[in-house]
Amino acid sequence: MTLFLELVINGLSVGAVYALIALGFVIIFKATEVVNFAQGSLLFLGGFTISEFSDDFGFFPALLLGVTVAAFGALLIERVLAIRGSQASVNTLAIVTIGVDIIIAAELVRRVGVDARTLRDPFGADTVSFGGVEVATSRVAAIVVAAILVGAFFLAFKYTKWGIAMRASAEDPEAAALMGIRRSRVSAIAWILAGLLATVAVIFLVAFPTPGLDGSVTRLALKAFPAAILGGLDSTGGAIIGGLLVGMAEQLALGYDNYLNFLGGGFGEIMPYVIMIIVLLVRPSGLFGTKDLARV
Amino acid sequence: MSDTTLTGTTASGSETGKDPAPDAPNASGATNAADVEPAADNRARAVKAAPADPQRRSRRLQWVLAGLAILALALFPIYQGGSLLYIGLTCMAAAVGAVGLTLLTGVTGQLSLAHAFFLAIGTYSYAYLSGVPGGQAVQYGGLGLHPVLGAIGGVLLAGLAGLLFSPIASRLRGIYLGVASLSLVLIGQHVLFNWDTVTGGFNGRPAEPFSLVGFEFSNDSPENLFVLNVPFGKNERLWYLFLVLLVLSCLFARNLLRSRPGRALQMVRDREVAASVMGVGVARYKAYAFVLSSLYAGLAGVMLALILRPTPDSFGLVLSISFLAMIVIGGLGSVVGAVIGASFVTALPALFQQYSDVIPFLAQPGSGGLDAATLAKFLYGGAVVFVLLVEPGGLGAVGRRIIGSISGASRLTKRTVKAANPQDSPTTDSLVSQGDKGPEREAPDRASNQSNRDEEHR
Repeated sequence: MTLFLELVINGLSVGAVYALIALGFVIIFKATEVVNFAQGSLLFLGGFTISEFSDDFGFFPALLLGVTVAAFGALLIERVLAIRGSQASVNTLAIVTIGVDIIIAAELVRRVGVDARTLRDPFGADTVSFGGVEVATSRVAAIVVAAILVGAFFLAFKYTKWGIAMRASAEDPEAAALMGIRRSRVSAIAWILAGLLATVAVIFLVAFPTPGLDGSVTRLALKAFPAAILGGLDSTGGAIIGGLLVGMAEQLALGYDNYLNFLGGGFGEIMPYVIMIIVLLVRPSGLFGTKDLARV
Repeated sequence: MSDTTLTGTTASGSETGKDPAPDAPNASGATNAADVEPAADNRARAVKAAPADPQRRSRRLQWVLAGLAILALALFPIYQGGSLLYIGLTCMAAAVGAVGLTLLTGVTGQLSLAHAFFLAIGTYSYAYLSGVPGGQAVQYGGLGLHPVLGAIGGVLLAGLAGLLFSPIASRLRGIYLGVASLSLVLIGQHVLFNWDTVTGGFNGRPAEPFSLVGFEFSNDSPENLFVLNVPFGKNERLWYLFLVLLVLSCLFARNLLRSRPGRALQMVRDREVAASVMGVGVARYKAYAFVLSSLYAGLAGVMLALILRPTPDSFGLVLSISFLAMIVIGGLGSVVGAVIGASFVTALPALFQQYSDVIPFLAQPGSGGLDAATLAKFLYGGAVVFVLLVEPGGLGAVGRRIIGSISGASRLTKRTVKAANPQDSPTTDSLVSQGDKGPEREAPDRASNQSNRDEEHR
């Protein structure tokens, strides 16, 4: 029972982090119809910047720098994509982001080298206990921070001018443009937000129970894909639920690994993808995604 | 200008009684009929009255260039050996795989990141079917079948895997398919790592050398084989096998593209709804493309098994992505482009590695400087971005343009290049010029009202 509770809390925490990254995917997809395969390296970029500066400046100023750099990087990718933006197909732009991802990841892997780095986050190796269940503080902090960020995002999405503009232009780009909404600005803000969310996510992805920041972080970030797809690529709420589902399933599968031995060691690692395939078989546009309809 | 000079030479050629080229007389003869006073060209005029098009000439030039390239490749092992030969072998294996992927992603428009998975199936099926049991730390099995059977089995099993995945593939659209196929690679790799009786686990397993009617593609039987005083070892022998396989693969793909099913595949890419209205079974053709591309991947996998010791680690997402990079750099949907792109992506890191002490700014791996692998990644990542944003036809289109301008067909070739290109196809162009870049689901509806809307806008 203790194990189960611990796994649930860990699952929620990991899921919340995946949800943050997935939310970034979804925001970009809603604003520009691009699936951003470079999200992993944006996250890496943010984490790398933090690890570079947290020694000298302390964690929070470094975090600020990291967010700035990642947001700037995201904006740069957005500008690059805009070169052909309106003419290229969605698949083409997705492949462009893969190209960008190759470049950024190659450079960062080279700079980081083989040793895992720490970001010097304030949670350290502390743990807290809930009725006999020991959980790393960073895991709990992840849940809290993610909840705050997601809450703030949904409020902004509903009430701010940008939120309304973005929803309008996702609904009907042409009408939105005619109403004076600048698509370029909407998409720029979407990319910046995604960079911000990714940087916050990376702190928790590489915090205490894990070894630290190294090249494998992009592979961790990849798991946000199943999360985003599960919920439906164009559903912000779906991203959150998808993230939690994926995180929970993964942690449970890892925790009860010895019962899953017939599926091979480390099955939990690929659990998110298995769930994704199963969901896509039943609902090809994800749980909450808009169905793709074609009128003949 | 070049038009007339060329005609002049061919005219004088036929006057002196020499036949210019085996398949040429019709075309050049017809041009003569139009421009120059013909001497003995009545026959040609009767056969073909239309003016000879520069396009035909550029096609002939393409054939000549392809022939020269094959000839050069066939002579290569005579002059070069060692690691360059080996790099060439990996390039050819990759090229076969890339041709398969371009049929799926470039021609049919189905984004797939699962190519490495199908490659792995080909590789390990071959290794298992024709392999012998062995291994120290990890015991692996093998059926010990004849290598030919093993190779055929590898290709067919990969195709079967494609067939099994195709129900999912045909249900999913666009980017959902791309991400779903991503999971196939990761799940597949998990299976490879765990199913060590077949794959040999983390450290992989060796594969048996290929043999054909008693002739072994390895260093022995016949031992000490010399051709033109050049020792023909494993790599030299494999070189010709691979060359034949590559040429056959390319020819098949090229002919497919010009056939009825090939056009149906392109139609599925351009407008799914329109295709189904025209009587193309969209789901069936998507499945067909998936199976075909995985058959190619299986063949490429078998070829890889022949030249290296396969480890599960090498069939990951990175491999899938580099295949995607190959076909993008070569130009989506172009067979020759896929071959060029495959050589570019495969040979670049290997060549950098080999000449890393000669190239001045390259550092040793791990020293913190710019190492060969990273530089190669920069170049091919950059090439992907550059190609897609600036020259969507890729290297293939650039090549065609050069050939076109040599043969004086630049205007025509440009048009064909444009039409062969998903991004620049006329429908897309006009859609964009109307200023609406609506979601994909509305596009078919618009396409059908195209002409009306165009008039409204003016």
